Amino acid sequence: MFKLSDKILLLCVGEAGDTVQFAEYIQKNIQLYKMRNGYELSPKAAANFTRKNLADYLRSRTPYHVNLLLAGFDETDGPGLYYMDHLSALAKAPFAAHGYGAYLTLSILDRYYRPDLTRDEAVDLLKKCIEELNKRFILNLPSFSVRLIDKEGIHDLEKLMPVGAK
Amino acid sequence: MALFDVSGYKSHAGLRGQILGTGVGHLIDRPNQEFAVPVGVDPSGFLKSCSREGGVSTDLNHGTTTLAFKFRHGVIVAVDSRASAGSYIASKEANKVIEINPYLLGTMSGSAADCQYWERLLAKECRLYKLRNKQRISVSAASKLLCNMMLGYRGMGLSMGSMIIGWDNKGPGLYYVDDNATRLSGHMFSTGCGSSYAYGVVDSGYREDMTVEEAYELGRRGITHATHRDAYSGGVVNLYHMQEDGWIKVCKEDVSELIHRYRKGMF
Repeated sequence: MFKLSDKILLLCVGEAGDTVQFAEYIQKNIQLYKMRNGYELSPKAAANFTRKNLADYLRSRTPYHVNLLLAGFDETDGPGLYYMDHLSALAKAPFAAHGYGAYLTLSILDRYYRPDLTRDEAVDLLKKCIEELNKRFILNLPSFSVRLIDKEGIHDLEKLMPVGAK
Repeated sequence: MALFDVSGYKSHAGLRGQILGTGVGHLIDRPNQEFAVPVGVDPSGFLKSCSREGGVSTDLNHGTTTLAFKFRHGVIVAVDSRASAGSYIASKEANKVIEINPYLLGTMSGSAADCQYWERLLAKECRLYKLRNKQRISVSAASKLLCNMMLGYRGMGLSMGSMIIGWDNKGPGLYYVDDNATRLSGHMFSTGCGSSYAYGVVDSGYREDMTVEEAYELGRRGITHATHRDAYSGGVVNLYHMQEDGWIKVCKEDVSELIHRYRKGMF
């Protein structure tokens, strides 16, 4: 998870090395924009900026193989989640997942997500997803770090550590 | 094998030799083999050459979601109905549940041809068992018969992932049998390329003490959400309930209608 600004987080997975390089490149460029212009990019603008960069690199001799989730809170538009894949396709989505875990968790999110979830209900939904991974996923994932973005900014929530399956 | 002897299954190798004559060899000496295979042929290698890597666009039908789970009041079986050949939808109302007898059901996923043939053969063997032994075959024995059929063709490119569901003297039975001759007894299985999506929904909504209506809804939900995410599953949900006095067909509902019923909050 990379903090692009006070209210924008970038989650980056994929090829070793590419992830950190690309994420830090975006992170520094977002900060540079703030310094030059005096205000921060909105999540929508940051997502499109990231997509353009990823697309340009894809068409060069040094493509980055990364899958991204960009999450942010905008003063006017409210919260926004942007799903981006390694071919630089961008989509705004109410919920998203990357990787093999997505095969197990997307249907749970389809089933239980509502746009008007409270904060506790949302954390419970996340717990449901993690419990399913703990039960059916072949790799053991012992702990998950959780963050929440709202109008006040980025908050660290309690780490989720599923107990061994019964 | 004890079951082999009890079931009265006779190999036809001698009779076939008389009918077909000499010149038709056997791959290895397997007395229970159904087909005579010409010498020097490698079926699984041939099948590999017919797939995309071999440059030909013949893909076997693989797309499916099927699920079954035990609960207090029996076993729920739910399947989708899409038959796909690569990216072409060959049928939107394929029948993926074979009704072997009023107390036995079999589901199909993988290659449609393989499933239909071998489960139909299993139905024949179950009927013969009943005629010879004057009692219905147990779920354990039926699944073992299918498993051993798969064992006979191991490595030859069969593709079948099925569940055998029934109710016998020992109560409700649920077995998973596949083309590797894996045979597992369990409380919940899901097969096919949409199975991971079905596992997500059914695992999170399952309680052992569900009412019958809740269990029907969970089965419907599992298939519907899997067809929503998996491109190779779709069509209608065929829902069965295995009870003590046999199975009943609960419903056959179109997935696109179900997904609109569930859509509040989804999209």
